[in-house]
Amino acid sequence: MVYKTNIRPAWVVLVLLMIFTLAFTLVKTSDNNAPEQKVQTEKIIPTKIDLSKFKNAEQNEKCLKCHGQTKYSYENAESKQTVTKRMYAELVLNRDVFYVSNHKGFKCTDCHSEDYETFPHAGNLRMETKANCIDCHGGDEKYAKFKFEQIESEFQASVHSEKHSKDFTCWMCHNAHTYKINARTNENLKQTITYDNLICLHCHGDVNNYQLLTDKEKPNLLQKHEWLPNQASHFTNVRCIECHAKNEDTLVVAHHIMSKKNAVRKCEACHSKNSILYASLYKQQVKENIQKEGIFKGLLMADATTIGPDKSNTLNIISILIFALTMLAIAIHAAFRIKKSS
Amino acid sequence: MNHQPERLYLYPVWIRIWHMTNAILCLTLIITGLSIQFATPGTVIKFKTAVSVHNIAGILLSLSYAAFFIGNLLTTNGAYYVIPVKGFLDRLLKQFRYYTVGLFKKEDAPFPVSEENKFNPLQQSTYVVLMYAMVPFVILSGWGLLYPEITVKSFVGYSGLDLTDLFHIIAGFTISIIMCVHIYFCTIGKSPWSNFKSMLNGYHESH
Ligand code: HEM
Repeated sequence: MVYKTNIRPAWVVLVLLMIFTLAFTLVKTSDNNAPEQKVQTEKIIPTKIDLSKFKNAEQNEKCLKCHGQTKYSYENAESKQTVTKRMYAELVLNRDVFYVSNHKGFKCTDCHSEDYETFPHAGNLRMETKANCIDCHGGDEKYAKFKFEQIESEFQASVHSEKHSKDFTCWMCHNAHTYKINARTNENLKQTITYDNLICLHCHGDVNNYQLLTDKEKPNLLQKHEWLPNQASHFTNVRCIECHAKNEDTLVVAHHIMSKKNAVRKCEACHSKNSILYASLYKQQVKENIQKEGIFKGLLMADATTIGPDKSNTLNIISILIFALTMLAIAIHAAFRIKKSS
Repeated sequence: MNHQPERLYLYPVWIRIWHMTNAILCLTLIITGLSIQFATPGTVIKFKTAVSVHNIAGILLSLSYAAFFIGNLLTTNGAYYVIPVKGFLDRLLKQFRYYTVGLFKKEDAPFPVSEENKFNPLQQSTYVVLMYAMVPFVILSGWGLLYPEITVKSFVGYSGLDLTDLFHIIAGFTISIIMCVHIYFCTIGKSPWSNFKSMLNGYHESH
């Protein structure tokens, strides 16, 4: 052999592979150190919010001095002793969350009876019904673009209201004290995905909440979705409603949750050029791109930042061109060979 | 003018078996890969089938590549894949000139096949780039897509998975193009079929 003293490429590749693996593990470990987006937990007092900025805050403090904390104290009128009790978790309102929410400008008594201002609260106040979205937002021109009426009718047609009748209200998913508009305004897709999925998981991932509405056994989500390849990727990159809600072009977030037999199960529903995700998860992004860049470029750009297959038209055109040129070169070469040999 | 023996045993059994497996797997991967890339509901090959077949063929290709890699490490066949640096460009250009001009003037090949030189310089560099850069790359990126949780989450602001996907597609495309050229160049031999016969019986027939 002539080249015996030379290094074979196989060895070079082996060494490169080892370096690559090393570099990869380094990147991976530093990746793990990256700050994770934290789901907000209920941390009561002290608040970071500058309450003096809110003109409703002084009034609200009358309620929040008890309901803004996990415990409250009062003097027992008979024994004259101060009693400290835990605040029932669902009655705790975190100022940090409320004062950044969409309803931050409201006074407690805008929605709740003013009778609550006396303590102990009168027994009949328990009968107070909670307002639903449509009660305030229905028929209001200022909110027309949010299409609350359509949301309401989609919701009425969904499995949630069909199966649970009156028990299931807007509040099951949207707490008016904490609700903050998200899909429409948040540019971070991942945050929107987490936000929306946590809404479903509030019940479908927590048997205590689930069984508030039904006596049925809670299905195991991981098992039910076992057929999904790379389950973890799917769970973190798309929302439950992508497959489980009937999507209408006129709503930003679909509210018509379908029964499980109608859920999308075909891979190519998303993993294709006409992916349904363009009409749901990516809708807002695509629309914004079109507004900013015009319809042609906007669609192209949206193409380049999305799912699985067939990402970029430009890349497709380039590859078809390269392929055509290669074939042309081969054809010309072959033609010359045939001509010369005959 | 040709002093080489008529028949040279250049393709040992293991190379032929590897090559056949490799060619079949690559064709399968290209066809299923394309149908995944251009998936639309109701295509000829079902999306799920295409994905499963692509995954299985990819895993088998990794095995067959490992066989090639180890084979070339342990046998003398690996020496054909060592490119002597000195005068490399000159030799490359010479071979290029032969394919574009000399061949049509019925000149002799500048680097006739011999036991020391199984490949001409153009062939050799193509095979080295193909087998020691493109194929390992497509295999690695493929595994990265098969197990997204092992893939780096983000790289300089881009999604790691998207980048891996992009590289996988570019590498797969490059290999497909090289394969087309490869098959065409294999028709340049004693007869248009003789090189294909060599890959079946192991013997190279000289001009
Ligand atoms: C249907 C597809 C294919 C056909 C008909 C084909 C045909 C041939 C023929 C006739 C040879 C012998 C001539 C020569 O050494 O140049 C050869 C060698 C070779 N082919 Fe292919 N090929 C195909 C696909 C591939 C693919 C997909 C790869 C790699 C990804 C590949 C890599 C090679 C290599 C590395 C050699 C040299 C092997 C050695 O002797 O060490 N081939 N091929």
